[in-house]
Parts: sequence; structure tokens; C-alpha cells
Amino acid sequence: MPLRERRRVTGIESVGPYTLVRVDRGNLDAGVPGQFFMVEAPGRVLPRPFSLCLAEAGELAFLIDAIGPGTTAIAEVSVGDSLHVFGPLGNGFRLDVERPVLVGGGIGIAPFPFTRSVLGAGTPVVLGFRNSHFAEAAALLPGAEVVIDPVLVTEALPAGRDILACGPEPMLEAIRRIDPAAQLAWEAPMACGYGACFGCVVEIDGTLKRLCLEGPVIGGAPAVFPAVPA
Amino acid sequence: MNILNASGCLDALAAPGVVAALDGFVTKTVTPDARVGNQPARIAETSHGMLNAIGLANPGRDAFLRDYLPELRSFGKPLWVSVGGFSASEYAETCALLTDVTIEINLSCPNVDEAPESAAEIVAACRAATTLPLYAKLSPAAWDIAEVARAVEAAGADGLTLVNTLRGMALDRRLRPVLNRGTGGYSGPSLRPVALAAVYACRRATALPIVGMGGITTGREALEMIACGATAIALGTVLFADPDAPARVRHELDEALAEAGFGNADDAVGAAHETVAM
Ligand SMILES: Cc1cc2nc3c(=O)[nH]c(=O)nc-3n(C[C@H](O)[C@H](O)[C@H](O)COP(=O)(O)OP(=O)(O)OC[C@H]3O[C@@H](n4cnc5c(N)ncnc54)[C@H](O)[C@@H]3O)c2cc1C
Ligand SMILES: Cc1cc2nc3c(=O)[nH]c(=O)nc-3n(C[C@H](O)[C@H](O)[C@H](O)COP(=O)(O)O)c2cc1C
Ligand code: FES
Repeated sequence: MPLRERRRVTGIESVGPYTLVRVDRGNLDAGVPGQFFMVEAPGRVLPRPFSLCLAEAGELAFLIDAIGPGTTAIAEVSVGDSLHVFGPLGNGFRLDVERPVLVGGGIGIAPFPFTRSVLGAGTPVVLGFRNSHFAEAAALLPGAEVVIDPVLVTEALPAGRDILACGPEPMLEAIRRIDPAAQLAWEAPMACGYGACFGCVVEIDGTLKRLCLEGPVIGGAPAVFPAVPA
Repeated sequence: MNILNASGCLDALAAPGVVAALDGFVTKTVTPDARVGNQPARIAETSHGMLNAIGLANPGRDAFLRDYLPELRSFGKPLWVSVGGFSASEYAETCALLTDVTIEINLSCPNVDEAPESAAEIVAACRAATTLPLYAKLSPAAWDIAEVARAVEAAGADGLTLVNTLRGMALDRRLRPVLNRGTGGYSGPSLRPVALAAVYACRRATALPIVGMGGITTGREALEMIACGATAIALGTVLFADPDAPARVRHELDEALAEAGFGNADDAVGAAHETVAM
């Protein structure tokens, strides 16, 4: 059940270029890997969506790529501050697959530490980053195969695996061409995260649907996504 | 004091728990034909508000009446149906098909092209089509909103809903509009002073009850809307950030009323008019 609670920040760590923000869990449910939470962005009008990155006992942790005003406000909180956190929301990954491989591009690594903690530490992981500084984030997934631009994750995919992927749109499009059944975690700008605003629509099976309700993980569907302006 | 959602800011079927905390549910605007709405991007946050260009996405009148309205009735809450159209007769036809609801005539969506008739002509057509309570939802962009309010009152409106969004724009880093449609409706905290002025002016101009909205996020802000003349309030953008806002704002409103020395919210309606000389 999604709940909204004011949670205390218990830890802030730099992970390469990203910031890992830990909050105490309170009564919030960690949900299923690939689900997301709306996290208050201090001083902003709207919260921002984040995948759950880690679900260690008594806490929830989010990995933040500070790319704009909302993510920057969250990455700049201090231990002891409070943030409203609402979730878990949306549909996560189906984990009842036989031979999973986790594929992350850039900040798309975010859901996979939690995912691997559920699937087992031996689950193979392929990560792609734009340079070695970004690749420091791979420390969150020991033993992952890491490729750096211009090598693409699609060139390092093991064959015969059930793909769970999260990353930039071109990467997800490329993976879908290779494996139409891959489970892909998509992004869209979201105001509410719970179906209220109709702002997050993307084209799924030829019609505009709310990604916060139908996704963010969509598997095997012939979805076509309009590009989010960069 | 009734607390409603603002039209287009809550999907009852996706969030029944939020509806349970409201005194009534207002639908997204219903148009005669189904509308897919605008292509993304449809929303953009600004420093003190947000822009939306949803484009009145809705299933259309027939599917609404057949598939949605029965489900909405099962919530057991007073229902408000927001009616839109592209001519006075389109509005009136929808009004004629409704029973046992309050009608909110959306005269002011900045995200679609508007009906050519004036607000008063549309209200008059709707009045002729139904005996249900009719609220006219006005744009704060009218230069003299009090004049529009008087005109719709004369045309048979039973109440006013104030205010809809203002048209706005946001640019991305490459200096291109963030929203696919270019412009969108501007809502949230920075709309509040505009909404207060509109409610204040219409309270002076008419005797109609007023549902006040625009940027309310706290009980104190709800009280200010009431003091300007609102007889009910509605929550829009705040619901996106805080789905628990209805219960919170209600609780905070009680505290704000007590702090301001009012026994109940009805006593505070129009209080700002007693203290300000115009
Ligand atoms: C389900 C979901 C899970 C997510 N998980 C994470 C996560 O774990 N870690 C993380 O760092 N980020 C995650 N994101 C993305 C994050 O929510 C956005 O980066 C954030 O909302 C941007 O807010 P901002 O105010 O910082 O920047 P903005 O000013 O809103 O955006 C900066 C730039 O990014 C673009 N942009 C904005 N939102 C998005 C979006 N959702 N997708 C693609 N481009 C966008 C804008 O067009 C703009 O050019 C997730 C998004 C979704 C939908
Ligand atoms: C995403 C979104 C969708 C909206 N859709 C409608 C609509 O369909 N019909 C309508 O009359 N107003 C619509 N509005 C306007 C709101 O009902 C309200 O008048 C406005 O947002 C001001 O209130 P607020 O600042 O509390 O959000 C919409 C507003 C938003 C943010
Ligand atoms: S984010 Fe509001 S409907 Fe999906």
C-alpha cells in the first residue's frame, strides 16, 4: 500500500557523480524492485519520482542524479532533515523469470541494488556509463560488467537471458529491438505519481496512457515513447 | 465548509482514498467527443507553480455517462460534473443529459480553442437545458472578472467557480518551450493572489456562492480565500504533491479559524470585505 510519510534523512553519500540519500523507513513499504516513490524536493512545488535503490533494514535509499532544480534540492539535504516520501507506486519488475540479467545505463543503475538483493547476489549485471567518473557508481553492484562509451551495453549483453533494464530512452529502444520481451523501466515527467494529473502519459500500444499507473516497468508491450525534451 | 478537488486534478477511480476525504468530487471536464488530449510533454514545474497542457483529455460524453458516472456515484459523495464544449449548444446538450449532479461549466480552459460565444451566452443555453445547479467556472484572465460574474448571474448561473488557470509558458535550457503545445495553464501557489482578487471582486459584484481555488496549500490559505468571499474551497495542484491535503487543510483550517477568532468557517465568509476599504 502506498503511504505518504515525513521521513528523517539518516545518511548522505556520494557515489561517483550521484548522491545516495538514505531515510528511515517508518511505516513505508519497500514494494517491488522497479516501483518508485515521490520524494519531496525542498522548496519546490512538486515532488520528484525516484526508483528505490536500496531497502536495507529500517531504511529506504534513493540514488539521485542532480540534473535540475528538484534533484539538486534533494541531493543537498542534510542528515537530520525531513522529507515527505510517498510510495511505493506503479508496477515494478516481474521477478519470476528464470535467467535474469540486470542492465543499467547511467542513473538507470538506481533500481538494481534493491533488485539484486531480492533476486540473489549472483544475478549478472551489465552497466554502461559515459565515462569513468560515472562508472564509480558501479560500486553499488559488485561484480557487475561495466562498459564505458563508446561501448554500449547492448554489445555486452549475455545471450539467452531475461532482461530487466533501466536507462536512457535510446538504450531501452535498442534493447527492445534485440529482445521485444525485455522488461524496461521508462521515465516521464510526473507531477503526482498516482494517476491524478494525466501529465505522465506516453504512447503504449497506440494510445496515450499514464506511465505512473501502467509502468514505469513495461514488459513485452509494443510501446512507442515520444522523446522527453533534453 | 465544503472542500472539493479542482477539476482535472484528481482521478477518483485511481485514488478513491483521496475522494473519501473530500466533501464532493468534481470530474475532469467532459466534452461531447472523446479527446486524447495533447501530446507530451504536458507538464512543467516552475519556481512557484506548474504549467499543464493536458488538453481536456476525456472519454467523451457518451462513454462518461455510460462507463464512468455510475462508478463515480458509488462513492456516495456529491458529484460535480465539469462540462466543456466548443459551442454553446454543445455545452447545453451535455447539461441536458445529466441528472442528480451539480454542473460546473468550464468557460475557461487555456489549453484548447474556446467556444466563440460569450460566457453569458453559454450559461444561458445551459440554463435553458437543465434545472440542475449550474456553476460557471471563470478565467482569471478577464480584465474585469466582476463584469463577467454579473453577466453569468443574469444569464442564470447559480454559483461561480473561481479561478481556472492563467496561460503561461516555460522554456528549457535550449530556449525552447518545455510543453509540446507551447503554452499551458499556470496553477499553484503563485496563482493565489490572482485568485484572491478574483474571489474578492466577484463577492462584491454578485450574491452567488463561490467555490474558491487557486494555489491553496494550507488551512490559513483556505481561510484567506474564504475571507475574500469563497463559500467552499477546492484543492488542485496541492493534491499532486500531497494526496493527504484534504484532511490536512481541513484540520489546519479549523486551527486558523480559531486563531483568527471565528467560531466556524461560515462566519469568516467575506470577512476581508469588512476590514478593507475599496
Ligand atoms: C519512475 C521514475 C523513476 C526515476 N528514478 C530516478 C532515480 O532513481 N534517480 C534519479 O536521479 N532520477 C530518477 N528519475 C528521474 C528524475 O525523476 C528526474 O530527473 C527529475 O524529476 C528531474 O527533476 P529536476 O527538477 O531536477 O530537473 P528538471 O528541470 O525537471 O529536468 C532537467 C532536465 O531533464 C529532463 N527531464 C525531466 N524529467 C525527466 C524524466 N522523468 N525523464 C527524462 N528526462 C527528464 C527535462 O526535460 C530537463 O531537460 C526517475 C523518473 C521516473 C519517472
Ligand atoms: C493538470 C491540471 C488539469 C486541469 N484540468 C482542468 C479541467 O479539465 N477543467 C477545469 O475546469 N480546470 C482544470 N484545471 C484547473 C484547476 O481545476 C484549477 O482551476 C487550477 O489548477 C487552480 O487551482 P490550483 O492552483 O489549486 O491548482 C486543471 C489544472 C491542472 C493543474
Ligand atoms: S504522474 Fe500524474 S498521472 Fe501520472
